Amino acid sequence: MSDPREPGEAADAEPVLPPEPAAPAVALTVPESARRLADGEWHRLHPATPFLRGGIAFVAIIGVIVVNARDFFLDRVFGGGREFEFLERFADSSLILLAILAVLVVLLLSVGGFYLSWRMHTFRITDELVEVRSGIVFRTNRRGRLDRIQGINISRPFLARLFGAAKLEVNVAGQDANVELAYLGSAGADDLRLAILQLASGTRAAEAAAATAAAPAGVGGLVESRVNELLAPELDPNAAPPESIVRISIPRLIGSLVLSEATVIAILAAIGIITTVIATGKYGWIFALLPGLLGLFGYLASRLTRSLRYSIASTDDGIRVGYGLLSTTNETLPPGRIHAVEVSQPLLWRAAGWWEIKINTASQAASSSGATAKTTLLPVGDMNDVHRVLQLVLPSLADEKSRELLECGLAAGAHDDAYVTSPKRAAILRWFSWRRNGFVLISDAVALRKGAIWRSLVLVPQARMQSVSMNEGPLLRRMGLAELRIHTVAGPISATIGALDRGDVVRFFDEVAHAAVHAAGVDTSHRWRSAAVAPEIALAPEAAAPAAPATAAAPEVPAVLEAAAPAAIPETPATPETPAIPETPETPETPATPETPATPETPEDHA
Amino acid sequence: MTERLDLPDAEWRGVSRKYAVVEVGGLLIVGIIMAIATSIPAFVSGIIWFAAIPASLGIIFLINILLTPRRVRAIGYMLREDDLVFRRGLMFRRVVAVPYGRMQLVDINRGPLDRAVGLSELKFVTAAASTGVVIPGLPEQDAEELRDTLVALAESRRAGL
Repeated sequence: MSDPREPGEAADAEPVLPPEPAAPAVALTVPESARRLADGEWHRLHPATPFLRGGIAFVAIIGVIVVNARDFFLDRVFGGGREFEFLERFADSSLILLAILAVLVVLLLSVGGFYLSWRMHTFRITDELVEVRSGIVFRTNRRGRLDRIQGINISRPFLARLFGAAKLEVNVAGQDANVELAYLGSAGADDLRLAILQLASGTRAAEAAAATAAAPAGVGGLVESRVNELLAPELDPNAAPPESIVRISIPRLIGSLVLSEATVIAILAAIGIITTVIATGKYGWIFALLPGLLGLFGYLASRLTRSLRYSIASTDDGIRVGYGLLSTTNETLPPGRIHAVEVSQPLLWRAAGWWEIKINTASQAASSSGATAKTTLLPVGDMNDVHRVLQLVLPSLADEKSRELLECGLAAGAHDDAYVTSPKRAAILRWFSWRRNGFVLISDAVALRKGAIWRSLVLVPQARMQSVSMNEGPLLRRMGLAELRIHTVAGPISATIGALDRGDVVRFFDEVAHAAVHAAGVDTSHRWRSAAVAPEIALAPEAAAPAAPATAAAPEVPAVLEAAAPAAIPETPATPETPAIPETPETPETPATPETPATPETPEDHA
Repeated sequence: MTERLDLPDAEWRGVSRKYAVVEVGGLLIVGIIMAIATSIPAFVSGIIWFAAIPASLGIIFLINILLTPRRVRAIGYMLREDDLVFRRGLMFRRVVAVPYGRMQLVDINRGPLDRAVGLSELKFVTAAASTGVVIPGLPEQDAEELRDTLVALAESRRAGL
């Protein structure tokens, strides 16, 4: 229980955190049930798993058979007792028996198969990895390293929610590289995520184990707990400090959809078709609208459902993004897992002052719907929301100066602000945006400001940057211009900025290359908690000064503790333990963490 | 023409001049195949204007081949204290800097033409597909040494993803 308590994003050794060591706190109590699942032994999944994974189709087939059989029997029994039919039935009877037998065998076999597949589907979570074994004939074994976790996703399809089950996906870096635990008990899934993140964060297992001997909280009626789970808010109010939560109001959501480019295209198409109808007098053209309309409504509906009950919050182990009305999904991105951020504004949203935030992460989902949800961090939000989300994503940009630069980056862009912008001769290549087109280093992130009509600001934290390049073609060379490109992991954002003065690009290239090496050297976010302590202590004297202007990050800290503490208390029946925790006995352990790191990698990072 | 995009006071290490042979060989093979393929319409139809296609292709390839030695000279890499810098291209110049710690793996490839002149190609792979650092035309010995150096450097500066 004596986790070195940091308020989350200590990733890039940013000095925002208050240096007081009073941090060890109660917040992170993993219930016994979850700790049992994460003890390194093999465990099985929720018993309803086979049913939820594919059994529904099976049930449907059985339903069809039963309905048909009922008709058949009713027909036979009440259809009239004529001799011929009686004889026929007699003749058939052996076949019927055979058929019934066959159905029974299939039934038994499939039930047996489902049972076996459930028996064979096991998982374990150790200090180092999460591993899943499955399959009866074709065995699969998949391991994910905990320090490579890019995010943990819990999704609850509607049917699974009815059964109180949830799917937990541990995403590691790579294409379709997720370790899927489907399905787990719904409440257990959240706790298990906490446990996995705790292991991954580098909090030593021994410390964690010293925590609680929790008893299962009073289990009410089964139905009651189901209903409670269904009606519960998507985001557990204890999980995050309320002031860090960003939500999307429904009017704004609908407004953003109405003002989206898809709607405009649809309206233009409709106008075109209506004019055709009027001009030609053939009403058949109206039917040409139909597929387009269906497509549009499908698109809008899917965007709407995905953004309903949307929330972004800062939790102890990173950013939590949750959404969904009937089928809910929420993902936790640990600190330092976001490789690039783009704040952009479609033209139509400008009047309303709305922005969209997209991110690049190292784990790419195979399914397209999952991918869009993951890459869009904030579907729509005003300037205030944008700042709050950016603060969650890039906590090192919290100070006053960075905020000013960010505001410049999102504004129309004068030629004389801190951004190094394109020279006037580049106006041929960037007709409207040459005044805006520019770059700057904000704290430890590279900011690229682009576009006058479709404004956008790309931010790449240097600790995540893979490489940097500058390019020129024949045209750019003649104009004395060059292009700068920051390479990050694949995603919707490409951090490229063209048509800049060559001298500026060369200087910035050098600056970024050096800064990136430095940032990568001090970055320890792969074991964010164990590592955060070391730079924290090292930076303590400097940390005190920049901590002061950190306006919004500072009040967060006590809130995390307060908000999470009540959640912890009911889990600990041994009440005398609870008050003991905020006191000092555990604190001497905290500085011990950097000296005995959880992994052999940590010392190399500081080399 | 103005000077090309470059880093100030950089000391580039070039690649083997023999790499020009590999490049020219590759261009010749591709060029001949394409010339044959594109001259089929002219033969079949007998329309003399179709011959313009292989002819223009031939000119493009010829120019390319003539520029090859200069292009090979333009390839350079530099092992700085904390990063590898690579540059290539005459018309389309590209300069990349990759911190050693970003290395995910190093490939050494040898094509048939490379093998004929005893060269190797070294590929430095990071988590970003667009990094694209491929140093061609290294003598086999150098390539392996460079690989070992890079691995050692990456190990000592290991960073997360």
